[in-house]
Amino acid sequence: MKNIKIKADNLNVHYGDKQALFDVSMHMEEKEVTALIGPSGCGKSTFIRCLNRMNDVIDICKVQGKIEIDGNNIYAPSMQVEQLRERVGMVFQKPNPFPKTIFENVAYGPRIHGIAENKSDLEEIVVNSLKKAALFDEVKDRLNDAGTGLSGGQQQRLCIARAISVNPDIILMDEPCSALDPIATARIEELMGELKTEYTIIIVTHSMQQAARVSSRTGFFHLGKLVEVDKTETIFSNPSDQRTQDYITGRFG
Amino acid sequence: MTDRIEQRINSLNKRLNSEKRFRIYCIGAMSFALAWVLILFLNIFSSGYSAFYRTVIQVDVPFLNLIEDTTQFSEMSSEDINNLSMYSFSKKAIYGLFPDIEEKKDKKMLIRLFSIEFEQEIREFLKSNKSNINETETIYLTASDDVDQVSKGNYPRDLDEDKRRIKDIQLLFFDDLVDRGLVSYEFNLPFLMRGDSREPELAGVGGSIVGSLFTILVVLILSFPIGIFAAIYLEEFASKNRVTDFIEININNLAAVPSIVFGLLGLGIILNTFGLPRSTPLVGGIVLSLMTLPTIIIATRASLRAVPPSIREGALAVGATKMQAVMHHVVPVAMPGALTGTIIGLAQALGETAPLLLIGMVAFVVDVPQTPLDASASLPVQVYLWSESAERGYVEKTSATIMMLLGFLILMNLAAVLIRRKFETKW
Repeated sequence: MKNIKIKADNLNVHYGDKQALFDVSMHMEEKEVTALIGPSGCGKSTFIRCLNRMNDVIDICKVQGKIEIDGNNIYAPSMQVEQLRERVGMVFQKPNPFPKTIFENVAYGPRIHGIAENKSDLEEIVVNSLKKAALFDEVKDRLNDAGTGLSGGQQQRLCIARAISVNPDIILMDEPCSALDPIATARIEELMGELKTEYTIIIVTHSMQQAARVSSRTGFFHLGKLVEVDKTETIFSNPSDQRTQDYITGRFG
Repeated sequence: MTDRIEQRINSLNKRLNSEKRFRIYCIGAMSFALAWVLILFLNIFSSGYSAFYRTVIQVDVPFLNLIEDTTQFSEMSSEDINNLSMYSFSKKAIYGLFPDIEEKKDKKMLIRLFSIEFEQEIREFLKSNKSNINETETIYLTASDDVDQVSKGNYPRDLDEDKRRIKDIQLLFFDDLVDRGLVSYEFNLPFLMRGDSREPELAGVGGSIVGSLFTILVVLILSFPIGIFAAIYLEEFASKNRVTDFIEININNLAAVPSIVFGLLGLGIILNTFGLPRSTPLVGGIVLSLMTLPTIIIATRASLRAVPPSIREGALAVGATKMQAVMHHVVPVAMPGALTGTIIGLAQALGETAPLLLIGMVAFVVDVPQTPLDASASLPVQVYLWSESAERGYVEKTSATIMMLLGFLILMNLAAVLIRRKFETKW
């Protein structure tokens, strides 16, 4: 049994009058990939966005309950959200590199947090992040080209490099492959396998095969409720809830 | 079966025909609009181009009659030359064109072929060439407005003499001067450099160009930062509630307020309450800023809104503060749009007349303003002023001023297009 990195406790989320999450309690283990699956609108993206408080941006979003990372409640008043996001990186559904150079995309995070002492430090961080994101070899000759000029898969790996650049503990991935072709998807999945030795990864995905391939634990969401969370093999071979069974066998969703 | 196919073909033909008709309507509408623009431009250009050259008449000035030795001029200061009494000397130089004329009346008519500043022009020539004056110098003196218009063919010669400003004898003199090759044209530099004047041949747009530039500068300095910051706050930071809705509605309302109302505000508050100097580009700029602000705010907000939210999220997700996300990523992408909006707002302000009339920028100002605190006219107000003047010479100047104004507007709009093309973010 690995250490518990993240623990959600009775999490309720409302968007205005509409409740998006109902009493979600689950934990994620350190340096493992946890997959969240479920049909569209089931609340899995809402849940993952609670983990780095991206929902704070939305005025009408109200979060109740507790999320602990390493035992600290991230919704406590003393928690600074910028510091939290430095520890909990995020990769989005659609690749969203900044309209700047490849170098600047990766250097931005370390720069605003003052992580690099000097220019060569910064360059080292950028190169290392790109290497970890398995992108360096493809872009090493054109670090000063626009990040938006890369292919979709490369852009997504650039976004992963950007997330890694501030040295987080946790990387959240919100359907990172839904805009990519199968080859680019395979590369990202391979990358996740490498990254999980250093980082705790939470991935939201629509693809059950992807969840089965990359994750060690899987949670199934339905209509805002966490129906079931267990070892991935268990979820896919022997789910305890009928709804999970129906979903993974393709009867709905 | 064939019936159905026929029916489909008929219906398709109908649709294609209606598309053709629609295209013709569109082309017609566009041609109509273009034709009017063309007519406007042709009309203004054809009546305005002649203001850019002027008629001058060569006069031999015998400086030896003024002084015994012309080399002495070089030792005189400008002030000394200003103190020289040159009026009758200058008149005599002009009489020299027609030495046979005896009658005083005719001599007066001859003098009136020239602009009333002929003495001043000779003095200026003397000042700028004082070290190198020969016994007799040939000077090009400005022709009077009437002669200028006759020589450009803008003034009808075949009216009865008593209905004409230029008399028969003056026409005789003029034609004789033309035959002797003493009448020529030169580029009308004074028109671009000088301020307004009661004499059409001496009036220039220089004062109003500078006045307009100062005004636009004040507008830019005031409304660009205020507009950009207001737009950023409203779009990125303000929470959406009744207060911000109210502000938004009122910004849109402000954009639709008739400009003369802003003029009244300027008169009542900026001039009378705050006591800022009347007729100055500073006050004009403040008033026009009020008008330009909504344009800039609306354009900037639109371009901020067009920045994909994913960019903000990307920055926030690596731990940027909200301000960092906005200033580092959103604003740079939105800047070309904001600049375009600003330039379009400035172009509107440049062409605005009504508020300036109320704050006194309609004054007759001879001097070219040196600072935004000097009384001044502006290009559109100059058009208004000259279009009301009776003299024929102001007609071409009015059109020429409109040409200058249109030229500036075209330049500004061109700049807006270029900025957008050059700095637009490619995704």
